[in-house]
Amino acid sequence: MIKQSSKLEHRIILNWIRQSASVLDLGCGTGELTKMLVKEKQVRAQGIEIDEQAIHKCVVNGLSVFQQDIDTGLAEYQDKSFDYVILSQTLQQVKKPEFVLKEALRVGVQTIVSFPNFVYYPARFQIFFKGKVPVTPSLPHEWYETPNLHFLSISDFVKYCVRNKITIEDSVYIRKNKKVKVFPNFFAELGMFLISDKTVN
Amino acid sequence: MEEKTGIEGTVETKYYTFDYPKYLTLESGEKLEPITLAYETYGKLNQKKSNAILVLHALSGDAHAAGFHKGAKRAGWWDEMIGPGKALDTEKYFVICSNVLAGCRGSTGPASINPKTGKQYGTEFPIVTIKDMVNAQLRLIEHLEIEKLLTVVGGSMGGMQVLEWMISYPERILSAIPIATTMKHSPQQIAFNEVGRQAIMADHNWNNGDYYLGSTPDRGLAIARMVGHITYMSDVSMAEKFGRRRKSNGTPFKFDSDFEVEGYLRYRGDNFVKRFDANSYLYITKAIDYFNILNGKRFEAIFKNLNAKVLVLAFKSDWLYPVYQSREIVKACKLAGVDTTYCEINSTYGHDAFLLEVEEETHLIKHFLKTVFNGQGNNSN
Repeated sequence: MIKQSSKLEHRIILNWIRQSASVLDLGCGTGELTKMLVKEKQVRAQGIEIDEQAIHKCVVNGLSVFQQDIDTGLAEYQDKSFDYVILSQTLQQVKKPEFVLKEALRVGVQTIVSFPNFVYYPARFQIFFKGKVPVTPSLPHEWYETPNLHFLSISDFVKYCVRNKITIEDSVYIRKNKKVKVFPNFFAELGMFLISDKTVN
Repeated sequence: MEEKTGIEGTVETKYYTFDYPKYLTLESGEKLEPITLAYETYGKLNQKKSNAILVLHALSGDAHAAGFHKGAKRAGWWDEMIGPGKALDTEKYFVICSNVLAGCRGSTGPASINPKTGKQYGTEFPIVTIKDMVNAQLRLIEHLEIEKLLTVVGGSMGGMQVLEWMISYPERILSAIPIATTMKHSPQQIAFNEVGRQAIMADHNWNNGDYYLGSTPDRGLAIARMVGHITYMSDVSMAEKFGRRRKSNGTPFKFDSDFEVEGYLRYRGDNFVKRFDANSYLYITKAIDYFNILNGKRFEAIFKNLNAKVLVLAFKSDWLYPVYQSREIVKACKLAGVDTTYCEINSTYGHDAFLLEVEEETHLIKHFLKTVFNGQGNNSN
């Protein structure tokens, strides 16, 4: 996974996670976040990552990681077998985001999802006035090289959760390493959600 | 990069003959006695005895994993991985490698003398399994007074022994590194081994395994090795190594070894017979074919007693031990909640990659071991 993660994003995830919890990090990249969670919260962490070179870096970071395509699902894990499943800027890069999200909600007691908000105002500006697909600090890739396969907004995700009876336990919105309090769908470049599916046991 | 040098001086094979008891009870129930294992060690065992690594060799390997024997031009079979600054760093770790039971490189096998007859065992040698090999290794480890191994590591048949350690002696290992291996031999894998065995048995020198006083079944064993070598390479690696190049521009269609690939296979086959016993080949390939740790068990039950860290490695172009077999190992680890790392190394070498992809393996194994070693309260670096 190619990530544009910020320190603030990592700190928020760190605050959400309980001491000594078990964590499954889907699309863990080179394992920077996971490493921090192990160090500061003594979590028992498992990463899943598709890129071989990223896995090499995870191993240097002392992390346990499986090379796997998360689009194939998490069939080997029982329901609620992790305290937290993390999808940090992963969801928009998978082929089957709904399937991956459902699997995360099934396997994790709580799930942490973060994604770039595709409709924050610089992006809207570029689409509306320049007539081009936005290239911004949080969406830094041109259309022909972007790893992002799906584009969603904070509003889209909230609506999806409501429609599918997914409980939003907390949410944080970020722009330029600061929290956004008003009109996040317009101002925030990153949406972060702590969610759970109470219908799965 | 850290400096990589070879093991200083020369290395020697040592021998341990079992005592108290002198025998080993095999899986078949038979008691085998006497038993000697050939082994080598590199590096020093620390005071806490917490830095011992057991290296497990593949079908044609032996105890000589690293360094040079006196006067030898070729180093041990995994020398690129074992030594100062290498993946299995002999400045930090104490590395042990023993020749398997039923082998022919110093350990007791079909070419050893049967005390009941005073002659070589030949096919009188009892059937030996991968578990028997591991049970014999455990005796060696006990002899060396090592309570717990930092890791057990090996590829192919060596990987099977790693898996056997994981299920039979989970309390004896802190970590395990099975490479390019499988939990059970597939029909295709058994089929290739059977062709090799048939080649040996079709050689009239084989004489039902009783050939030690006469001519040995060299042709049969060489053909077995040729088949083996084909399965260890890949279409791509063969094309790169040989292409359709020919050794001469002479008249074609004589049944000489004209193509380079033919010459290579013949050379490999002919060399192999100088160092390997045909009966050992039969016994060891059978042990491999019977290997099946699934054996009707549910996946989640296989590693349920394992509390070790595991690093599973596979190679994308390995068609003899395809990646799906390593993924099954990972699946069983996941279901048992075992702390596991899995990497599919991008290589074109086929099954041989586990001996050739040194850089990738070094990187992964070195850091994995560092995590395991430091996690035990040993000094870092």
